[in-house]
Amino acid sequence: MKCKVLIVDDSKLARMSVVKALNALHPDWPRLEAGSADEALECINRESPDIVLLDFNMPGKDGLAFAAELHQLNPHTNVAVISANRQVEVIDRARAAGAAFLPKPLTEQALGDFLDHALRQRRAAAS
Amino acid sequence: MTASIAVALSELELDALTELVNLGVSNAASSLRELVREEILLSVPKVVVVTRKEAIANLGERDSRPLVAVHQDFDGDLRGRALLIFPEAKSMELVRAIVGNDLSLEDIMELEQEALAETGNILLNACLATIANTLQRTLRISLPEVIHGKGTEFFDLTQSPSLGDSVIFIYINFSVRTRDIQGYIAMLLDLPSLAILKSLLGALIERTR
Repeated sequence: MKCKVLIVDDSKLARMSVVKALNALHPDWPRLEAGSADEALECINRESPDIVLLDFNMPGKDGLAFAAELHQLNPHTNVAVISANRQVEVIDRARAAGAAFLPKPLTEQALGDFLDHALRQRRAAAS
Repeated sequence: MTASIAVALSELELDALTELVNLGVSNAASSLRELVREEILLSVPKVVVVTRKEAIANLGERDSRPLVAVHQDFDGDLRGRALLIFPEAKSMELVRAIVGNDLSLEDIMELEQEALAETGNILLNACLATIANTLQRTLRISLPEVIHGKGTEFFDLTQSPSLGDSVIFIYINFSVRTRDIQGYIAMLLDLPSLAILKSLLGALIERTR
């Protein structure tokens, strides 16, 4: 099963580093990129990605607020918030929005664990 | 941003620098949160290359109140100064947030300098260490020093004549969610470091490809 992944981060370098980890883990999965929550929303309406990887600290709407919105919009999308801001409040809010929290800099191991979990959920839902 | 410097750092290099600062400050906020046991809110970092005069004017515009700053100088491959700045009127509140509400005003006043220096040390070190580690370089970081004054004075680095006239000015707001405390972290990079920074950012970008 292939999943379509949307990467949302205002930093191109940060998106590059997620793409690099994705290439190592699932080179055949299609990926999309957005530089802001607004851009991401357009992309989601157009492309319906299965998995959304969100930066927290972005200009405009931040990743946690956007994660909460996405959860309302489509609770079946697997969402992870990625941040170096490991404060318990941030992690708790990510979980309350139905999202996983992955620490930045993102390791292949952490991303891989999250994607495995998402894949298992999607397979179970499809069967 | 002046034209010559805009040419010197590419869009992706500036992006990488901003992301680097974001990583550093997010780590720093996570450390400060452990100290005050309340959530620290951060703004999105602003990174601009300006003349020193513009940096001073910028700070003066943002805040004309009496301020307290904890600053640490760093050198190595990169040279500059990192500052944690907040209004003087709020410094007691910050100390109280750290040491707890049980102490008397006298005790708190006695602890003020030490608590401020320690807070600055934790925040600025977390920030600088993240930047140095990500760039795979070592920075020597001086001991923290607490200074009282106006924003214009903190950036007037005339005491270090070796610094060029242009600086990289990095600026981030932080606040403590449930207390009336706001401050900012500012960083000035000596411009002669720019060529080195450019090559370090280039290497970081290559590693990320």
